[in-house]
Amino acid sequence: MTQTESSPGSSPEGAISGAELRLENVVKRYPGQKAAAVESLSLTIPAGEIVAFVGPSGCGKTTSLKMINRLIEPTSGTIRLDGEDIRSESATSLRRKIGYVIQGGSLFPHMTVATNVAVVPKMLGWDSKRIATRVDELLDLVGLDPDRYRDRYPRELSGGQQQRVGVARGLAADPPVLLMDEPFGAVDPITRQRLQDELISIQRELRKTIVCVTHDIDEAIKLGDRILILQEGAKIAQYDTPDTILAAPANDFVADFVGAGSSLKQLSLTRVRSLDLGQPTTAHVGEDTGPVVRRAEEAGDDSVVVLDDRDRPVAWPWLRQVRHNDRVQSTPRELLVTLDQAATLNDALDTMLTSAHSKVIVTGDRDRYLGVVDFESVTEHMRRTERDAAQQMQDAGGHEAVDADG
Amino acid sequence: MWDFIGERGDLIAFNALQHANLVLQAVLVATLVAVALAVLVNRFRVLDPIANTISAIGLTIPSFALVGLLLPLTMIGATTAFICVAFYATLPILRNAVVGFAQVDETLIESARGMGMSEASVLLRVRLPLAWPVIHAGVRTSVQMSMGIAAIAAYVLGPGLGGYIFTGLSQAGGVNAVNYALVGTVGIVIVAVIADLLMLLLGRVTISKGIRA
Ligand SMILES: Nc1ncnc2c1ncn2[C@@H]1O[C@H](COP(=O)(O)OP(=O)(O)OP(=O)(O)O)[C@@H](O)[C@H]1O
Ligand SMILES: [Mg+2]
Repeated sequence: MTQTESSPGSSPEGAISGAELRLENVVKRYPGQKAAAVESLSLTIPAGEIVAFVGPSGCGKTTSLKMINRLIEPTSGTIRLDGEDIRSESATSLRRKIGYVIQGGSLFPHMTVATNVAVVPKMLGWDSKRIATRVDELLDLVGLDPDRYRDRYPRELSGGQQQRVGVARGLAADPPVLLMDEPFGAVDPITRQRLQDELISIQRELRKTIVCVTHDIDEAIKLGDRILILQEGAKIAQYDTPDTILAAPANDFVADFVGAGSSLKQLSLTRVRSLDLGQPTTAHVGEDTGPVVRRAEEAGDDSVVVLDDRDRPVAWPWLRQVRHNDRVQSTPRELLVTLDQAATLNDALDTMLTSAHSKVIVTGDRDRYLGVVDFESVTEHMRRTERDAAQQMQDAGGHEAVDADG
Repeated sequence: MWDFIGERGDLIAFNALQHANLVLQAVLVATLVAVALAVLVNRFRVLDPIANTISAIGLTIPSFALVGLLLPLTMIGATTAFICVAFYATLPILRNAVVGFAQVDETLIESARGMGMSEASVLLRVRLPLAWPVIHAGVRTSVQMSMGIAAIAAYVLGPGLGGYIFTGLSQAGGVNAVNYALVGTVGIVIVAVIADLLMLLLGRVTISKGIRA
């Protein structure tokens, strides 16, 4: 339960900085209500994983989540963080090591972005230089240019930007656990998908233990290493990996909840990174356009992906636009829609529909450019999985169905 | 008229300062009391109707009546004047503070708690700054109202410009009666306008740019 000092930039990728969470027979009964909101929940959330809580409205997701940071005290039962009962310390000191992110970011409107992010570090008594460095580092991590955004007030940000700051604030003191309650519920679908991608990308670097409440099964499938599907009274309907839940729903409730068309659901299970990425011509901002145009013509490309000094894609002009200028131009990075490598094929198709190129740029950690995915490679992948699935069905005969019921 | 002012210039300025000083001190104490009461009301919501009733009824008590009630307790003098002004000054601030606190988005409060803020920090760093624009508006109203009430306080020999008005009234028909009344009234208006400008300035400085209208 020590506060790790390492910054996200310096922590080796893959090192788990999260802590295990265990709920043991946790019950919550609100006064004056017949049925318990949470009947008896037992569950282990492994360190460094994202677990998505899904279920119908009122099933007890938020209640379960808030018991973890003691915003709600359980009627009975025990919750352990890293093996230790969370009641063994004061609620305030517990909460300072559990990031908390709720819908819309819930930023304090009277504080600047930097002050919002600095709330917990300040309470922990960090010196101001360390806080300032940390704030910039976090804004960068969530894809906001610190120089541009640090001194803005929340009302000067878009919904998606506010949500990003909310995530940065939750991660500020490098807590081992992050709790999120419908974090991306208040933004439009395209922004939501971007935010999800960013969260996955951040998690790849940080490996926190993240509990994310959502009522969107697609979001759960995309984000969750595991999914907890809850029924009325927070009864566990199924707790497993997305693949298993899709392939073998434990009961009718889960099957209904996950929905039909599971071959379409494959679209939300497959990540862009599992496709072969195209490698069109790239250029860096400020380069002479002459050689760039020549390279593109040789490769037969009609557009060029422009990268900044940190290899992040910033523009995607057509070749004829490049020819207009002597040097390669940039545009504000926010204007270019890209996909994280963890985005699903579903997201990729969505994004292509709105892109002038019918292709999408794919990025990795810290928005670094990886390549381009096009429509053909997605459909090709779909056809292949369908063929494989049909093949497997034939090989396995009827066994599959029997197993799933048992 | 100008001769009248010229002869008494220093004294008038002194009284104007006294007047402003009385209002400043009374409103300061009133703000502290009102905000403290509003915190209690916000914590124990059952108090809400009580607070509303008090601030509504309180304002209907004629100030002379209050002075009359206070006199046997506190004697003639500055203390009575101060208590009287502070009492009325509290009421608009209390009403605004209760409303201001109630308007703060509860999810922000929960978010603050969820991040590990102590109850005191939640109050000082979240609730108060967010309610402050509304409270400040109440303080501004209160300052204006107190200017008039402080004039009446002169009746109990408190400091300020009110004395001129009463002198004027008691000498009605005399040579300087109108001069006295005019100096008192116009003096109060000038002090009030200056005070209001200062209040605006205070708002500029203390209300966060992020929530300013
Ligand atoms: N403060 C409260 N007092 C009384 N009952 C409550 C309280 N909060 C929640 N409940 C009840 O507990 C149950 C679970 O609520 P909870 O907020 O955990 O649901 P949820 O799964 O988060 O739902 P949603 O998806 O709508 O956010 C509901 O029946 C709700 O009415
Ligand atoms: Mg909820």
